[in-house]
Amino acid sequence: MFTVSELTGLLRVSIEEQFPDFWLEGELSNLRAPGSGHVYCTLKDRTSQIRAVLFRSSAVRLRFALQEGLQVIVRGRLTVYEPRGEYQIVLDTVEPKGVGALQLAFEQLKERLAAEGLFDQDRKKPIPVFPRTVGVVTSLTGAAIRDILAVLRRRWPTLHILIAPVQVQGEGAGRQIAQALADLNDWGSVDVIIVGRGGGSLEDLWSFNEENVVRAIAASHVPVVSAVGHEIDVTLADFVADLRAPTPSAAAEAVVPVLTDIVERLRELTVRTGQVMLRHCAFERQRLDAGIRGVTDVRFHLQEAAQRTDDTVDRLRELVQQLLTFAREQVHKAQRDLSGLNPILTIKQGLATVPQFSKRLEGQMGVRLAQHRHRTHAMLAQLNTLSPLAILGRGYSILHTVPAGQIVRQASDVEVGQELEAQLSRGRLSCKVMRVCDNSTV
Amino acid sequence: MAAVKFEQAMARLEAIVGELEKNDLPLDESLKIFEEGIRLSKNCLKILEEAEHKVEVLVQDKNGKKRIHAYSSDDAADEPSS
Repeated sequence: MFTVSELTGLLRVSIEEQFPDFWLEGELSNLRAPGSGHVYCTLKDRTSQIRAVLFRSSAVRLRFALQEGLQVIVRGRLTVYEPRGEYQIVLDTVEPKGVGALQLAFEQLKERLAAEGLFDQDRKKPIPVFPRTVGVVTSLTGAAIRDILAVLRRRWPTLHILIAPVQVQGEGAGRQIAQALADLNDWGSVDVIIVGRGGGSLEDLWSFNEENVVRAIAASHVPVVSAVGHEIDVTLADFVADLRAPTPSAAAEAVVPVLTDIVERLRELTVRTGQVMLRHCAFERQRLDAGIRGVTDVRFHLQEAAQRTDDTVDRLRELVQQLLTFAREQVHKAQRDLSGLNPILTIKQGLATVPQFSKRLEGQMGVRLAQHRHRTHAMLAQLNTLSPLAILGRGYSILHTVPAGQIVRQASDVEVGQELEAQLSRGRLSCKVMRVCDNSTV
Repeated sequence: MAAVKFEQAMARLEAIVGELEKNDLPLDESLKIFEEGIRLSKNCLKILEEAEHKVEVLVQDKNGKKRIHAYSSDDAADEPSS
């Protein structure tokens, strides 16, 4: 006769000898993970079930989370838990059926982080249009860094690039990538960060699916562009990044414009500014001409003042003409200076011509134009004081003989009793000479 | 930071050209923003001119302090280990 312990012990030996290592497919249920770190569960099919345990040392190697109802393929050995007389499988490995473990882990983490809102569109920061400093988180040995540097240098030859070198695959790579992102944020002067690597297997790209990497990208204050593998590779880093680029080269293209395009745009804007000013000046000149025509009409009524008016008007017209010719020359000159600009060459040469042109434009076009405008105003004021109408306005009058209309300048020109006409600011008076005093001076 | 300054300056310059081309400002107003436009264009070129091509590497020294040094192709050998 056996004791319970003896029989149980014999069964255990027998079972362990017979099922030391096997594969089994089943559905996970009754999952329990107490504080010890061991995981207990039941594997079942339609009609039967069997207890299983995954000890902590094996459980920590799992890349995905065990879920109730999951179809799994396990490897393990059979044993008996003697205190309860129950047989159970000690699990060594657990693989999800159908999808790979990595794929499942990816889906699980993606779902969890999406639920937290980490991938929401409204979290995404705009990528700056003109970054001055671009941070790059990648390996110094990979193809990615060469591609990124080549594209950045071609597009914007004077860019500041700060590389935070990391391992992009293997144990610890995720931690390094997350740290590098934090370091570039702390550095302070980085405008945009490219994080990525060249193509590889799903395993190779795995670091970019790690939770700490995804969270580091989400936490970055500096906008992040992801560039992992090829077009077809999609990682969680791509979901959380502010912009996903299909490849490292594409990321470099996305973060900087082409310098020559920008210089060309600047040139075009400057030329258009000059052209529109010229048109405006020409228009104002026409208005001035019209004004001058109005002034010259006075001549027909007041011939004596006409001569001096003519002189003044001619001088004024000449001044305006000089001013416009000068302005036009300056603008044309500025346009010529700009159109000869080769950005890369000139940046290398210190853009020696640009400050000159700018100074000329500012100095000449600004100061000289203001000067001329001031002189023009002064001339107009002077012209106004010289206008016979203005003189009459101050209380003077002009005497004409009648009917000859000669202007009377001295007393001896007229005789007693002669009729004269006095032109006032408003209206005329018919007068008769009462007395002639020839000796007075004013 | 300069990147933002440049972006704003370009945007203002675009706006000025648009304003001038609308042609509904008096001459002295036009001249005022014309001068501003020329100044902006000069500043933009200056920012471009002052930028310097630099490739640097951010590394951590033995004391855990961050520092940067110029990038060279030798850096490929300095891959950090985990």
